[in-house]
Amino acid sequence: MSAPAVTRPDRPAPVPGKGLPRNRGTMARARRREAAALVLPSLLPVLVLSVAPLVVGVLLAFTDARLVRNPEYQLVGLDNFTRLVENGFFWESFRIGLVWAVSVTLLQLMAGMGLALLLAGDLKLQGLTRVLALIPWAMPPVVVAIMWRMIYSPNAGPLNASLGALGLPDDINWLANFSTALPAVVVVGVWVGMPQTTVTLLAGLQQIPGELHEAASMDGAGAMRRFTSVTLPSLRPIITSITSLNFIWNFNSFSLVYVLTEGGPGGKTMLPMLFTYLEAFKNRNIGYAAAMGVVLVVVVVVLLTGYLWSQFREEKTR
Amino acid sequence: MRTLVRPAQYAALGLYIAFLGFPLLWLVSASLKSSGELNSLSVSLIPRELHWDNFSQALERQGLVRSASNSLVVALVSTALVVLVALPAAYALARFRGIMRTLGTGWILVSQVFPVILVILPLFLILRTVNLTDSLVGLTLVHTTYTLPFALWMLQGYVAAIPTDLEEAGAMDGANRLAVLRRIVFPLLMPGVVATAMFSFVSSWNEFFFALVLLQSPENYTLPITLKMFVGGEGKVALGPLAAGSVLAAIPSIVFFSIMQKKLTGGLLSGAVKG
Repeated sequence: MSAPAVTRPDRPAPVPGKGLPRNRGTMARARRREAAALVLPSLLPVLVLSVAPLVVGVLLAFTDARLVRNPEYQLVGLDNFTRLVENGFFWESFRIGLVWAVSVTLLQLMAGMGLALLLAGDLKLQGLTRVLALIPWAMPPVVVAIMWRMIYSPNAGPLNASLGALGLPDDINWLANFSTALPAVVVVGVWVGMPQTTVTLLAGLQQIPGELHEAASMDGAGAMRRFTSVTLPSLRPIITSITSLNFIWNFNSFSLVYVLTEGGPGGKTMLPMLFTYLEAFKNRNIGYAAAMGVVLVVVVVVLLTGYLWSQFREEKTR
Repeated sequence: MRTLVRPAQYAALGLYIAFLGFPLLWLVSASLKSSGELNSLSVSLIPRELHWDNFSQALERQGLVRSASNSLVVALVSTALVVLVALPAAYALARFRGIMRTLGTGWILVSQVFPVILVILPLFLILRTVNLTDSLVGLTLVHTTYTLPFALWMLQGYVAAIPTDLEEAGAMDGANRLAVLRRIVFPLLMPGVVATAMFSFVSSWNEFFFALVLLQSPENYTLPITLKMFVGGEGKVALGPLAAGSVLAAIPSIVFFSIMQKKLTGGLLSGAVKG
């Protein structure tokens, strides 16, 4: 998502109520009142501007609402959804969104793992790398997009210039070419999201007790073997949570690609969020757009549940 | 074989540095190039001569200063609101257990994976009925609401790190809860408050999607929206000032990260998730 989220929690919530035993009686009631008073100021904006819109958003999906001055809308049941099933453009954009989210997430994981392993070692230049690895994360997405538009610029861009210097074709219009546009935006997505994956994996790597590696070395395990039988299994829970979160964030991503290509050329980078945004605010069909939103959320939840379930089962059979 | 490992590691590190750093260098370099050089076919990372005019041109450009000040106001006010509202709630989340805590942490997690697209439609309708679309007040409220969950999460981690013994000692000495909060908890919480405030500021300063949907008149645009408007019609002349404006827009986050760098790698994430 494009909304405020520079850093995010990388672990599931702690199990509530596990620490102290629950007190009962008047003391507890007084404490509850106190807690309610403390929470109320943040509850209000959240209820009005976040929970209520979500509920209304789901309801909108069953209406024919349009974005006009004096909207009159009626319930149309499942009409929006049946229309959506036949909307080839929507499903094409859905497919592009999946390709984008899966490839960005996987590349983030692989590149982030490589960098985290290097940073966990004892190389020089680590300070510089750490700073560099964190900047992309916090830069405004618009600035990132502007920057990469310059890199990809067909005429005076450094990418084409370097290709030309190597004697390769140097006239590719990366963001406007049907076959290069999606890979080009994927690279930008990886550039933006890799730092967080790296930092999270690094934190995990530093928690692995050194003795495990020593013991494995003593048993004659090489670097590769230690990676697959010590590092990877220890990182498994972190990898599972960071890939699921990355997948959702990437699937919900909007700003970066909107500024890079606006979904073009010919819809080749039309992520589902862009498609839905255009349906709502250009075509002004907000009821229909809300139905798209609902479908996207449901599918993501189903995919994710499947993924987490498979991870969980594998964990159990180990 | 063993001797080759080191060079290979450095080569890999070099590739990472190039991949991560080159685009940044290029942006800075473009912001210092003359339009003649930006359009010439001989491309080089080092500008032939430093051309600071781009920055003054970017600032003179209609709207850029205005939208930067809009961004500043929205970011400052929403940061203040976030901290004000999150502080008591974070305390409650960290210290009280029960249904509220379950719901609270549940909501924080859900909000992290929230599909904003589903929320923006009704949000737009709700804000329109109270005339807060195309308004910085409306945008500030929205930024506050959507920064709140993670700010809460960060802050409650810091609260949880303060030993309850300290508070109990205060209470034994006869201080009431409010005095305990004011004299013991808040002073210890200052680093957490600063970190949370910086996070909120940068989130709002960078935010694009809500601003794009909610703001319509150019005098209300925030910096990201104004920059985006330049992108569509980036003529050849505009490239240098556009790069300069982008560099200026990226400064808050870079300052933020140079301050936070140690903490972040050291364990902001782990610090923030300590339940």
